[in-house]
Amino acid sequence: MPDERLEARRMAGLVEPDRVHRSVYSDPAIFDLEMERIFERVWIYCGHESQVKKPGDYYTMQVGRQPMIMVRGADGTINVLYNRCPHRGTMLAGDRYGSTGEFFRCSYHAWTFHTDGRLRTIPMMESGYDGTRWNRENPDCNVKKAARVESYRGFVFASLAADGPTLAEYLGPARIAFDDMCNRAPDGEVEIVPNCFRVIQNSNWKIFLENQLDALHPSVTHQSTGRAAHEVEKDIERATGHAPLSYHMLSAFATVTIDKWDNFQTLNYPHGHCILTGYMGLRPQDPDTLEYERTLTAAYGEARKDEILSTNIHHVLIYPGLSVQSPLQQLRAVRPLGVDRTLTEIWHFRLKGAPEPIYRRALAYYNLVNSPSTLVNADDLENFWKCQQGLTANGGDWVSFHRHYGRDIAHDGMVETGPGMGTSEAPMRNQMKAWAEFMGRA
Amino acid sequence: MSGARPPEGARGGPMDAGRLETQHEVEQFLYLQAELLDGKQWQEYIDLFTEDGHYWMPALPEQTTGEGVPSIFYEDRNLMSVRMRRIKHPDAWSQRPLWGTNHVVGNVIVEKDDAGTGELVVRSRFHMMEFRREASRHFAGSYVHHLVRTADGLRIRLQRVDLVNAQGPFEYVLQVWV
Repeated sequence: MPDERLEARRMAGLVEPDRVHRSVYSDPAIFDLEMERIFERVWIYCGHESQVKKPGDYYTMQVGRQPMIMVRGADGTINVLYNRCPHRGTMLAGDRYGSTGEFFRCSYHAWTFHTDGRLRTIPMMESGYDGTRWNRENPDCNVKKAARVESYRGFVFASLAADGPTLAEYLGPARIAFDDMCNRAPDGEVEIVPNCFRVIQNSNWKIFLENQLDALHPSVTHQSTGRAAHEVEKDIERATGHAPLSYHMLSAFATVTIDKWDNFQTLNYPHGHCILTGYMGLRPQDPDTLEYERTLTAAYGEARKDEILSTNIHHVLIYPGLSVQSPLQQLRAVRPLGVDRTLTEIWHFRLKGAPEPIYRRALAYYNLVNSPSTLVNADDLENFWKCQQGLTANGGDWVSFHRHYGRDIAHDGMVETGPGMGTSEAPMRNQMKAWAEFMGRA
Repeated sequence: MSGARPPEGARGGPMDAGRLETQHEVEQFLYLQAELLDGKQWQEYIDLFTEDGHYWMPALPEQTTGEGVPSIFYEDRNLMSVRMRRIKHPDAWSQRPLWGTNHVVGNVIVEKDDAGTGELVVRSRFHMMEFRREASRHFAGSYVHHLVRTADGLRIRLQRVDLVNAQGPFEYVLQVWV
């Protein structure tokens, strides 16, 4: 049996249905294999179409270990290219984002390339390359493109593997993250707000993903912020009769006590995707909301408006690197940097056609929860770091995902948590099941 | 506020006694602010702000207001109170490790001193070193203080803080005002 298949079998053996070997979080060799078998094969989120409005506009990002450029082509299509000049390997875009105009021009020897990657010019090409195998017919002269690029409702993904499911097939029911966000806009689409916040977590990428749908942690991890916000919320209510909604977003961490989080539910799908239900009470009867509902009714009609606003989603996790909070128009893209280092790009969106106060609601959440001065994620990051430290120790080899194990309800190709078991570790079991499937494929 | 032309107050010229006095007064105020932050006297720091005062750290240097745009911090006294109460809570996990800061403020320029309204605009530069758990971090940037003269002395209507690395990735996060 070739070494590679033995290796694949070993990977699959690190995951059991109810527990996972700690080395999957701490072994640098496993991290490299994850980049190869997961991040550099499956559909990875690159960005939103509104980040690159005009031809030549580009944004750079990592797909697995690969530096990539998402660029709007001359014909309006969005291309995803390896950020690498085919001559000597120089990065073509040195800035994180910008506009390259009609073509990319390498800063080293002035080779130029169309925004779809095709070679445009090489200085003194005839005199320099006549008689060599380096000519316009040689595809190696072009900037290499991602094997596949697709977008769903304006959200652009790339896959570096030529084969595999289409984006829609891969997303499956987790597409609702984008449908829910766009449907909440009276115009049916969203627009990105530049620029993103970027925060580095000193922990393995999977620890972040597991935390996203962990309904047990908020009232423990975020209690200090929940309590503080609740106190001030009460003070403001006493003084003015009404506290802004942003206080409720924070105080919920304290007022939704640990036992109540079991009322949430997770819906777990193939490829590791997962939906956490629960809506955080974001549909109050204040004048701003009522005005927003009127614009939605005008756009969609009464029945459809009610259908859209009753979509019961807290978070959608799109494996392996995207966490979407559609009711608040936020997303976090996960860019693993190393076995114990992970970058998150945090973006938020405007609902096109919605009144300004609805944007302000998303903005308040973005500033308070997702900015680099976050009152919430700071304590998550502390726990992630502690996990990473503990997982390198020899004090035990397994990570437990036993909570409500054996009580999951499997049907129609999915797994849902039982009633009153919202704190089930089913999402972690589902993610690691997908991980073992991806990693088990040599 | 990159690219701003040199402010009036930095143009030299004769310093009359009134200008020297104001310069001294605002410098002392900025030093007091640094002492309160480094001394973790959070309520005393918040009390330097007017009732309608804001602490603002823009996400982008070209921003001109904190209203309706993403910010690293944009806090009125109520939100500052949430942050203070959170830091003081025993289960604010990220603040449990030993930590402390050291601010140095300099390059103080009184850009505007309106005797009629009692409003002052003061620019300065800061360097802050933070020690937390086993590591030191450095932050640097500029302050613009919009101050008002009150019966209790100078108070902050708006403190704008532009980090030089505002657009960079943040290793760990900022937990208190810089």
